Amino acid sequence: MTALSPTVPATVRSALTRRQRNVGGIVLHVSLIAAMLFTLLVLFTLIGQILVEGIPMFRERGTAFITGTIGSEPTKIGVWPGLYGSFFIGMGVIVLAFPIGIASAIYLEEYAHHGRLTRFIQINIRNLAGVPAVIYGVLGLVIFVDWLKPITNGESVIAASLTLAVLVLPIIIITASEAIRSVPQGLREAGYGVGATKWEVTRDHVLPYAAPGILTGMVLSIARALGEAAPLILVGAITGLLPRTSLTEKFTALPILIYNWSGRPSKDGAVSWENAAAGAALLLLALVFVFNVFAVILRTRYERKRIGL
Amino acid sequence: MTTFETNGQELTTVTDESETAPIIIREFRVPGEKAPMAAGQANFVFDVDDLSVYYGTFRAVREVTLGIREHEVTAFIGPSGCGKTTVLRCFNRMNDFIESARVHGRILYHDVDLYDPAVNATEVRRRIGMVFQKPNPFPKSIYDNVAYGPRLLGRKSASELDGLVEQALRAAALWEEVKDRLKQSGMGLSGGQQQRLCIARAIAVEPEVILMDEPCSALDPIATARIEDLMHEIKQKYTIIIVTHNMQQAARVSDRTAFFTTEVNEESDRRTGVLVEFDLTQKMFSNPSNERTEAYVTGRFG
Repeated sequence: MTALSPTVPATVRSALTRRQRNVGGIVLHVSLIAAMLFTLLVLFTLIGQILVEGIPMFRERGTAFITGTIGSEPTKIGVWPGLYGSFFIGMGVIVLAFPIGIASAIYLEEYAHHGRLTRFIQINIRNLAGVPAVIYGVLGLVIFVDWLKPITNGESVIAASLTLAVLVLPIIIITASEAIRSVPQGLREAGYGVGATKWEVTRDHVLPYAAPGILTGMVLSIARALGEAAPLILVGAITGLLPRTSLTEKFTALPILIYNWSGRPSKDGAVSWENAAAGAALLLLALVFVFNVFAVILRTRYERKRIGL
Repeated sequence: MTTFETNGQELTTVTDESETAPIIIREFRVPGEKAPMAAGQANFVFDVDDLSVYYGTFRAVREVTLGIREHEVTAFIGPSGCGKTTVLRCFNRMNDFIESARVHGRILYHDVDLYDPAVNATEVRRRIGMVFQKPNPFPKSIYDNVAYGPRLLGRKSASELDGLVEQALRAAALWEEVKDRLKQSGMGLSGGQQQRLCIARAIAVEPEVILMDEPCSALDPIATARIEDLMHEIKQKYTIIIVTHNMQQAARVSDRTAFFTTEVNEESDRRTGVLVEFDLTQKMFSNPSNERTEAYVTGRFG
């Protein structure tokens, strides 16, 4: 290594090695970290709070808190009807909203003529995604509880499941559309170039490539559907005496139990209603987690496929 | 074939050199006259008659008339925006995927107008394969890339497919390099290898024609030379049309060259592509009939 040539003017050398204070950059850096830490803080506070309040419930009741049914004393209750209702609401979303939503997205992106009508429909779907959940509850009450009573038997898990499927449909369509739109045109052309039909190109190239994005939309929509309480109140979720397992009778769901229990006054005892609500919240998180694990596993598989593994 | 050569000499190329009138080349015949291919001439694969392509209301290329011969390499050259890629993509109906694109005129392929509503575009693309500017292997294994097309055509036994894949990869001069890693991703190959994989993929469905849209523009000179050698080899079996920006490449690989350029016109403020001259490559580069061709090939314009 040769040393710095002595002929280099000292000014150049000092300019190159001078430490420059980039105040704006530092401020930005610090505020970005602060924003991220704030988010983490909120998340951990929430989880911590639920754990601290919820664990005593499990300690007191053990698995009976999961398998038991709703009652009037926090020391004797379980969440089974809520878990059952929420699980089948999730299944309903998977069975109904996913196929319809993904099919709509495929149609809008790959098949529809990209004219004014398509754009109008797309704008409206975006607007639907922004409609408050309560409004969907009204829709569910009128259509699924009232009009479709012969099928749903009125206020039932089926009606709730249909309502929430409709609620998340726009989210699924939007995320799936965006995922399909991000598929490189070269990939489609490669498929068409060897004589594949539109459907073959969509099935073999577009959907596998778009799959990670579509699955992300599914994760979001499952979480949304399982967490909603407002539309369920409108379609008749209650917290009274309920059958343990029925799709066509009076029902409840975890968010309804959380909402109802957390409003009840605390009494003396081993565990309070607050503990019961936190315990139910823990189970709701677990349920969302279980549904999402499958989606995340699938997404990882398809992400690897994108690079041809 | 001989009939044709004489025809070609008898009918002089009609060019209008005046400022306002468009220059229209009628090789061998004038529009409306019976197409030479229809006269039982097996050596013509395509017969393009008065082809204009519009994007919306903008006419991108106008009144192209030319014939593509079997087992020849035909090169399309010209400056950017002259419509050579647009014309190329008409040959296998690839323009169908651009919603605003409209095609006027006729492209006869074995006496069938490719833009006849009765024509099945998928079947067209199976017979007329394409290699794109940017290598675009499927995100699948090398084997599956090549086997994809044959599989679409129907169930084939594993051994049959193995044979087809090997044959296609050999034809694309890629077999020796990849034979031990057929199960690995096609995306892991170098750019030149990827482009040869795309050629193998096109060959695997046994097309009659292979369209190449600037196949070497993303490749280094060594990879380019390999693709050019490959074109010489496979033209025994296939008819090749290549769009290229590289005039040396056109001179090296093609038998015939079509020179396109852009022209100002009254219809729009954008320039429309026109076919200026179409002739044997040797003649186009040594003694072109049109002075615009001469200006372009000698590097004075373009």
